[in-house]
Amino acid sequence: MSRRTTGLAIEAEGLTRSFGETRALAGIDLQVPAGAVYGLLGPNGAGKTTAVRVLATLLRPDGGQARVFGHDVVAEADAVRARVSLTGQYASVDEDLTGTENLILLGRLLGLPKSAARQRAEQLLGAFGLTEAAGRQVKKYSGGMRRRIDIAASILNTPDLLFLDEPTTGLDPRSRNQVWEIIRAVVAHGTTVLLTTQYLDEADKLASRIAVVDHGRVIAEGTPGELKSSVGSGTVHLRLRNADQRPEAERLLQAALSVPVQLEADPVAITARVGGDGSELDASAQAARALGELSRAGIVVDDFSLGQPSLDEVFLALTDHPAVPADERDDELEAAR
Amino acid sequence: MSSDTATSTGRAPTVFVPSSEALATVLAPGARPPRPSPLSASLTFSWRALLKIKHVPEQLFDVTAFPIIMVLMFTYLFGGALADSPRDYLQFFLPGIMVTSVVMITMYTGVGLNTDIEKGVFDRFRTLPVWRPAALVGMIVGDVLRYVLAALVILTVGLVLGFRPDGGVLGVLAGIGLLVVFSFAFSWVWTFFGLILRSEKSVMGVSMMVLFPLTFLSNVFVDPSTMPGWLQAFVKANPITHLVSSVRAAMAGTTDASAMMWITAWSAVFIVVFGSLTMYRYNRR
Repeated sequence: MSRRTTGLAIEAEGLTRSFGETRALAGIDLQVPAGAVYGLLGPNGAGKTTAVRVLATLLRPDGGQARVFGHDVVAEADAVRARVSLTGQYASVDEDLTGTENLILLGRLLGLPKSAARQRAEQLLGAFGLTEAAGRQVKKYSGGMRRRIDIAASILNTPDLLFLDEPTTGLDPRSRNQVWEIIRAVVAHGTTVLLTTQYLDEADKLASRIAVVDHGRVIAEGTPGELKSSVGSGTVHLRLRNADQRPEAERLLQAALSVPVQLEADPVAITARVGGDGSELDASAQAARALGELSRAGIVVDDFSLGQPSLDEVFLALTDHPAVPADERDDELEAAR
Repeated sequence: MSSDTATSTGRAPTVFVPSSEALATVLAPGARPPRPSPLSASLTFSWRALLKIKHVPEQLFDVTAFPIIMVLMFTYLFGGALADSPRDYLQFFLPGIMVTSVVMITMYTGVGLNTDIEKGVFDRFRTLPVWRPAALVGMIVGDVLRYVLAALVILTVGLVLGFRPDGGVLGVLAGIGLLVVFSFAFSWVWTFFGLILRSEKSVMGVSMMVLFPLTFLSNVFVDPSTMPGWLQAFVKANPITHLVSSVRAAMAGTTDASAMMWITAWSAVFIVVFGSLTMYRYNRR
């Protein structure tokens, strides 16, 4: 039996779902190709979790349709469940049980005989660096270990599609890197991953396509490169050797780039937005030109960086509102669960 | 409760570096086993309930200490006044207080389910391709063990205080059996409330509101013949009354056929009506 899948893993059209007055999904369309990481990017309360819960058969949509590997998530929920796994935002293993017990429990529920379930549990715990913690209750695990046991539980049956709902939120950088490594390995073995995240850099590093979600809608979709170029602007950060050259640098940059230039609190630092609308050059070419101007004028630049647009900038550009975490809205959704 | 407790193994904590070979081994797709039968899935879930008792034994407090307190309190409070002595009263009262205590602890089924849902672990169970009611059936089967335990605790206290059932061992076992079957059915009422109510506290509140009148306005404590007519009407319709009558009869070595019929009917109604409502809510959250 070939478990490689091609074509579309998820097709959703016009999904809607409300919780009382709150419209969590206002008509989501998605086309997720199989065999890669697909990122759902958006702030808290954008509807990412609701979308995942509908696609994972946990919630019924009020309207619209969704198919996972061709199976309708409402009418053929069992067929969908046989091929997907979910690692939710909250603990999706039993915190009172040990790591081993959790994995044996799930192995048995997926139909493995007792000895096979135990063997699989040991194998997974080993691969996820949890052998030492195998006999401890999950509630005594650190944040990173907890995430790993969550993901281990999700790949117990090597699903064709894995939902990861904000897998790195609240993790320290090292644990985040470990999770990223695991996600890459999972995808390399043919599992499609739908990843929700609030972090642009995470989506950028892992996803081959990204949908930006806000107020329950997809407001932009494409490869990370396409999205960034559609947003269009980056920031050049410069640090000069001599603070007294800054006024001249400011004048030159303004002339070269015809964009607003900002003087930072640090007397040698200066920043400029590049790659904005209306420019025939891309951000790096503009930055190169600016550097050239400065060097010709004899201004020494000690440090230079061209920054990516941040999530805030993407959001500002796409929605005209900043990506502030809408905590109140999130709480409402929680209450409606 | 964070990283420091997690790494307190005595050795220096080793940093986990994901190894691609190890990950490759676990990620190699194997043949998928056939899905487990409803029975096997339910039993696996009840194994989970047993593991939880093993890890959190404090939760047995309500099936051990609470019943002991109930028996002692009411036997000595009412015994002298309602019968010639506490010991005489106990012959009438013990089956009743056993029913009261066990029926009261059925509400923890709802509380436990509500907590599980709050913690998110049910999200995973609900995405598994298993027989849908298995998670709940397994949970209640685990609770049945607690009911048996509570009944045995009460029986022991009763025997120590002088309870001498005429039905002997078989009669007593039959009585406990009836009680456990009814409690299994009755637990479905609480799974439903555990699913529709928002917090553990509100589940407790609703349960107490239902359970207090149901257990007290019955034949548990006194013979209903001295009650006013309207109250007698309620007591006669109350399933707890029928349950107590049949458990009492069994422990006395006789059979109360009409009470048996009533509790069979009530149990069926609880399972069919509240079992369906529960599954409806469970599937549509």
